[in-house]
Amino acid sequence: MNKKTFLIFTMPSFIMMVFFIAIPLFLVFFQSFHFKQDILEIVEREKCDPFGCKTEILKVPVLDEKGNRSKINIWVGWENYKNILKFVDLNSIIQNNGYSWSAIQSIDFYKALRFTLTFTFITLPFVLIFGLCLALCVNNLVNRLKGPVIFITLLPFIITPVIGSLSIKWLFIGDGIITSFLEYILEKDISVFAKAWSIELLVLFYKIWHTTPFAFVIFYAALQTVDKDRIEAAFVDGANRFQRLRYIVIPHIMPLIVFVTLIHLMDAYRVFDEIVGFSAEGFLNSLQWMTYDFLRLDDSGSRYIGRASATSMLTMIGIVIILIPVLRRVFKEQKEKRN
Amino acid sequence: MKKLFILFSVIASFALIGFSSAKACENKNDVPLTSLSAGFDAWKVVTSAMEECGNFTPTLDQDYKDKIVAALDSNPSQYALAGVSASTNVSVLDAGLTRPLDDLIAKHGGALQDNQKVTINGQVMAIAMMTNAQHLFYREDILNDLGIDVPTTYDEVIKAAKIIQNAGVVDYPLGGTFAAGWNLGEEFINMYLGYADTFFDENMPAVNNANGYETLKMLKKLTEYMDPEYLTSDSTYVQQQFQQGKIAMANLWASRAGAMDNAEESSVVGLVKFASAPTTIRGGKPASTLWWDGVVIAKNISDEEAEAAFKLAMVGLDPSNLGESPEAAPWISSAFDPAPSNIGAVMTAKGGAAPYPASAKMSTLHGVLGNTLPDYLTGAATAKATLEKIEADYITAATEKGLL
Repeated sequence: MNKKTFLIFTMPSFIMMVFFIAIPLFLVFFQSFHFKQDILEIVEREKCDPFGCKTEILKVPVLDEKGNRSKINIWVGWENYKNILKFVDLNSIIQNNGYSWSAIQSIDFYKALRFTLTFTFITLPFVLIFGLCLALCVNNLVNRLKGPVIFITLLPFIITPVIGSLSIKWLFIGDGIITSFLEYILEKDISVFAKAWSIELLVLFYKIWHTTPFAFVIFYAALQTVDKDRIEAAFVDGANRFQRLRYIVIPHIMPLIVFVTLIHLMDAYRVFDEIVGFSAEGFLNSLQWMTYDFLRLDDSGSRYIGRASATSMLTMIGIVIILIPVLRRVFKEQKEKRN
Repeated sequence: MKKLFILFSVIASFALIGFSSAKACENKNDVPLTSLSAGFDAWKVVTSAMEECGNFTPTLDQDYKDKIVAALDSNPSQYALAGVSASTNVSVLDAGLTRPLDDLIAKHGGALQDNQKVTINGQVMAIAMMTNAQHLFYREDILNDLGIDVPTTYDEVIKAAKIIQNAGVVDYPLGGTFAAGWNLGEEFINMYLGYADTFFDENMPAVNNANGYETLKMLKKLTEYMDPEYLTSDSTYVQQQFQQGKIAMANLWASRAGAMDNAEESSVVGLVKFASAPTTIRGGKPASTLWWDGVVIAKNISDEEAEAAFKLAMVGLDPSNLGESPEAAPWISSAFDPAPSNIGAVMTAKGGAAPYPASAKMSTLHGVLGNTLPDYLTGAATAKATLEKIEADYITAATEKGLL
């Protein structure tokens, strides 16, 4: 392909990437070094409501001639990052308590980071293994059953995450069907939503339940391309089922295992809907949830755009870091292929 | 859950409109108008009367505060009318999104009482229609059976809860709107005002003191008698716990009182009674805050629309309309004859409970409280660490907003 054709072909996606990825990213980066504030003035005003009158001295936003709030962006350097990472507090905690996780987690960011990492790395092996097992099972089914079974297996993935987490929540919360059933069997009062660890288990379970079908469908498609002759040859050579899986099937679908890992890491690191869906904000905190929380309007109609941008940047950096090993592997393979 | 609740409330509001005896509206409305407000019963009563006049589409949304500023900020405004609370009024007022109503009141507002007019420097900026407060709901039958007097202090609440728990007549003696976030923040504010008068020393937060410590301890004591899943329990959840006979006492919003006797939902019709919010100190003021809810008119609409909107609002707030549903809310209206379900709010106000100190500072603190308290209640943080964190987080947040 000559250079000109290449440019013409890639230009549309390049332009889209600039507009929808590069510019927003730059703006978030820019904003993470600023405080966005209303310009405030101190006024004294008399306010009367059904409970009486009083004179207050308040800071209120200055309105411009059109009646809009005038905003300013103040350069604050690393202030937003400092307010999130709290290295000074972290240092004093470590000096007083040593490397105690529970003490470190009193800082929101580390609490969020702890859960985000647990969520990402605990669910990954389960998703891969269950996905592969399912794919192998379905692959061995009689053809007539394959269609319906694939459809049913995919259902958890088709459901919107928020709806999925809500429905699981309602199975377990208060007197949900499953809780009632367990209480009946165990003759014990069960409150899944009362302890951080039980909610966390439920959230992890939900994620595995929700994402396994994705791994399954990819692996199932890959299994269709495994060379039947090689399997038969291995069979004739006396390889058992496990050896055939270990030495022929898995190496064959390895690129797709890497692909699923990559997608799952990126996806799970952004954990957020689960916390909203399970109303788990009192117990769990994730990096993306922090961003969301900073962006939520409070009663006075303002939000913390600076810190929200900073947590977004930190989340992105986190994703890049955990993807490096996987990406390096992919690059290496590409290089080997080219040689 | 919130989303579903909205859906539910919207459907419920349609049902209500469908079944309410269609009163003919005397002043037909011919200007297309819309409104945005919360979705509890009182707003259903007001907006359904307004709908009778035609050309009016209300949006009832429990999460209305997330969109009210953006919606009224657009030009023309997305909604002509909006329902605000004492606290959300600050957001639209500070942003200059609502219009003064003095001229319209002079023309069409004859039926309004003076205490309905929310004025800023003498200009009427909102029309209050009801008060709201969290106060004591209790199961009269249970308290009578066990020979317990209606608790007036929180220590008595705890004592009563102990007796009820030992008797084992309900699943949990207490309920509480302790859901992490806004609800829990409000619980702290209510309780703290039972011990103290102010949250701030000039611009700096002042809750890291003995009062704050007592407040935390009392909140934690209460949770011991609640459904252990209290950190997910919002007003609707507590209301349902009552309706299903699972709890015996709770400090709940006056706007939920009417639902206790709704035979379609409640299995305890006639059994739940109301009293003032308990005090923290004997003889002190009730540990609760007084709120008002009311109507504002957007600035970014034409004067004709504003006039039509005001006339329509007067239909909704007409004493005869409110008088038909006295149980829906403690209305502020000349027709207001306290329904039995309003008695709790009236007593809380008479007892001298403080109005919610709505301001930008308070909203900031409220948000910080809602995020910080769960760790204390779950035992992940000590009271001392929690109070320190509240102040530190407030300073961070207020600095970013430019309030310091």
